[in-house]
Amino acid sequence: MTFVKPAVHHKRLEKNALGLTVRDYEGALSTLCAGCGHDSVTAAIIQAFWHLSIAPHRVVKLSGIGCSSKTPTYFLREAHGFNSVHGRMPSVATGANAANRELLYVGISGDGDSLSIGLGQFCHAIRRNVNLTYILENNGVYGLTKGQFSASADVGSKAKRGEENRQQPIDPVMLALTLGATFVARSFSGDKAQLVPILEAAFKHQGFALVDVISPCVTFNDHVGSTKSYMYTREHYRELVEADLVPLRKPIEADGARAATTQVRMHDGSLVTLRGTEPGYDPTDRDRVYMRLREIAKAGEIATGLLYVEEGGADMHEMSATTETPLVEVPFEELCPGAAALDKLMSQFR
Amino acid sequence: MQPTDTRDPDYYHRVVDCQWACPAHTNVPEYIRLIAQGKYTESYMLNRRSNVFPGILGRTCDRPCEPACRRGRVEEKPVAICRLKRVAADLKGEVDHLLPTAPAEKNGKRVALIGAGPASLTVANDLMPLGYQCTIFEALPKPGGLMRTNIPAFRLPAEVLDTEIDYILRMGVEVRYDHRVESMRALLEDGGFDAVFVGTGAPKGKELDLPGRREGAANIHIGIEWLEAVHFGHVERIGERVLVIGVGNTAMDCCRSSKRLGGKDVKVMARRTRPHFKASPWELEDAEEELVEILENHSPAEFLIEDGKLVGMRFELVEWYEDESGRQRSRTVGRKDIPCDDVILAIGQDNAFPWIERDIGIEFDEWGLMKVDKKTFMTTREGVFVGGDAAWGPENIIWAVEHGHQAAISIHRHCQGKPLTDRPPNALELTSSKMGLHEWSYASSYNPKPRVKMTHVDLAARLREFSLEVELGFDPDQTALEVRRCLNCDIQTEFTAKSCIECDACIDICPTSCLTMVENAEEPALRKRLTVPADNLTQPLYVSAPLPQTKRVMVKDEDVCVHCGLCAERCPTSAWDMAKMDLKIPHAK
Repeated sequence: MTFVKPAVHHKRLEKNALGLTVRDYEGALSTLCAGCGHDSVTAAIIQAFWHLSIAPHRVVKLSGIGCSSKTPTYFLREAHGFNSVHGRMPSVATGANAANRELLYVGISGDGDSLSIGLGQFCHAIRRNVNLTYILENNGVYGLTKGQFSASADVGSKAKRGEENRQQPIDPVMLALTLGATFVARSFSGDKAQLVPILEAAFKHQGFALVDVISPCVTFNDHVGSTKSYMYTREHYRELVEADLVPLRKPIEADGARAATTQVRMHDGSLVTLRGTEPGYDPTDRDRVYMRLREIAKAGEIATGLLYVEEGGADMHEMSATTETPLVEVPFEELCPGAAALDKLMSQFR
Repeated sequence: MQPTDTRDPDYYHRVVDCQWACPAHTNVPEYIRLIAQGKYTESYMLNRRSNVFPGILGRTCDRPCEPACRRGRVEEKPVAICRLKRVAADLKGEVDHLLPTAPAEKNGKRVALIGAGPASLTVANDLMPLGYQCTIFEALPKPGGLMRTNIPAFRLPAEVLDTEIDYILRMGVEVRYDHRVESMRALLEDGGFDAVFVGTGAPKGKELDLPGRREGAANIHIGIEWLEAVHFGHVERIGERVLVIGVGNTAMDCCRSSKRLGGKDVKVMARRTRPHFKASPWELEDAEEELVEILENHSPAEFLIEDGKLVGMRFELVEWYEDESGRQRSRTVGRKDIPCDDVILAIGQDNAFPWIERDIGIEFDEWGLMKVDKKTFMTTREGVFVGGDAAWGPENIIWAVEHGHQAAISIHRHCQGKPLTDRPPNALELTSSKMGLHEWSYASSYNPKPRVKMTHVDLAARLREFSLEVELGFDPDQTALEVRRCLNCDIQTEFTAKSCIECDACIDICPTSCLTMVENAEEPALRKRLTVPADNLTQPLYVSAPLPQTKRVMVKDEDVCVHCGLCAERCPTSAWDMAKMDLKIPHAK
């Protein structure tokens, strides 16, 4: 068994603006099951960070508990990391983000961690619009406890031993839309061509960005009858919006063959080009997106793409009117001016 | 592209770069693994099967395998394949009981082998066990040919040579020493042989006919003749200032021998620049280590004679440029006289067949070489075969060995009255190396250690004693390091398209970015479309059948795969397997 991925790499591997190869963005060798969708999501995260030339030490990766929550170990070994309590990643991320708003936050969670034990946390992080990319590795089962249905299992989906799920699923995409999330996407671990640009746009988004990724559990939920298998996902996959991120300072080339329907300028000035695959779909119109997604779900299809985006909304820091300077950089005396200052403040409320 | 046919033995054979590059197709990865396991005897015998002289070649081979070695593309330097071969030979145990033997009852066929060099010896090695009676005719008093007379003892000790030649001769080969064949016609008409093999090498050193050549003859030597004279003790000294003309491997042996026979200021004079030198890089390095000076861009013009004696050489200084057609051309930019006591000419070798009559059905080409069939090694006269340097001019030992193997197949078929062109094909056997979950029967992990440097004996000591072997060979610790550098290219990445669920695991894990799932296209377009574009056109692409779910294809660029097995370890459906290749290369039987 191999425990360490050898450092040897292709001599002609491309380097990014920081002079790093994609291999420099890796972490430890995965101990998840061979063929797990999560590993493929990990690889997509690595590619997105590399492609955007983001310095690994400027990134904070956080997770809760579950197979999905192991994955931060497998990318960006030089980033900051926090493995929190089950379902509590959003509050840790919120706290970290409050302390240092200048780092890039990426939270990795799963359908159990987000939709069962952590559902409340998930909702409130959206409400607060924490500047965080929230990747939900969604496989419809509790893989770590041997394959019980999770809260995202579809009605009628079959477990490995044949029983059918009868409870209604929680769809994180619909939930996020109703809660007012400003960036909502769904993708598939087996389609990096779609997933990587979505992740790049999510990293650039100012505010909470949900990326729900169908990430098949190869051990407990990749059989005939499952609605979250590789095969089922590929057969019922409908890409509604193609996204392309044009990073800042890169010339924007017009692609004559495929007319861009919408362009969204991200907080840092980079541009996301969104191409609807069906006429009339507007990824900036929350109500109509919601309606169309319901129709597609009813038809038994899986809508994917950068489904909804709203740039320019106030994130947690703006809403709270915190200082522009990250709190970690504010001198201690200013941050904690002492008992006298506190008394003075308190006296204003008497 | 069409799906790759991995059942064609050549496909996976090509992946094993060293074995593919070796003229005799020595199973390098397997013999290195055997060394790693301490099975030196088994490793030696595996080597011997294809290259017949592991001890000799482990010291002297021109190593076509090493520039081909994948390790050289993955990092800086290839695996020290050649020196590991020597380890197997040095540390082997008893092999007598494993060597081929000749049956007591002969098959009644007699074969004449002319010249006791590596080609003829290989033919005898292959034919004796089949019951042939082989007779070798050798002009000199000892066997070995140029392996003995042209490779100085400090590179190849006589005992090694004697031992490995004896493994063949002891089967009962008749050798007629000091017997120069003067007439092919007589041999063919009166010898009573069923087949004749010409393995006489390219024994004539090239001449340099410049002014002063005749006057200075006493101090102007032909390289290979001079080396032979040194070997037999006819020459024991050389002047203090020596110029060696030419920069091939013979020149290296001449200059290093000169250093041991009294030469103090020894210079190798080259017309061209270093990248165009014929000598192997390591032989150049070894000569320079012995303080031989190698001068570029010196074109010999004249031998300088004073009072009837050689006093130096005049050179034209040249510089090189490219003409319109892209060919390298030289122009003279000056002249230089270099004083010297002796000159050794090592500018190449020619074949010489004055003893073969031109009217006995053996046709010659315009360069004075016999017309030889590239596959069967037969001349235009049925029953007369040629191999080694005698066939197409100077090559090296390993080529002579392979010629010998092929000629032996032909001779055997000829003697059985079977068509020579109908030759036994290579066969491929693949066996999974899977031993359990994520367990392989080979050391799969990549070892990043750099190439182990060969230890040489002290400079003063080696110049004092002519036959002191310079290279000490790898000790067990050095061996243990070097064997782990082999990438096990013969453990093939075998893919079964119908099992693939397209989860990307193999692509994500591959450390050298060899794999891509992509829409199929013609090769040039496909090469550009890969994870890392496959720019090395000498390395093939593996293309699978269409994949079940998306109808894309799995493409593997064989170029820098380190055979670490991670694709197979991370594959949930065992669509990837690490399968050990056993290539069955037929010899005469």
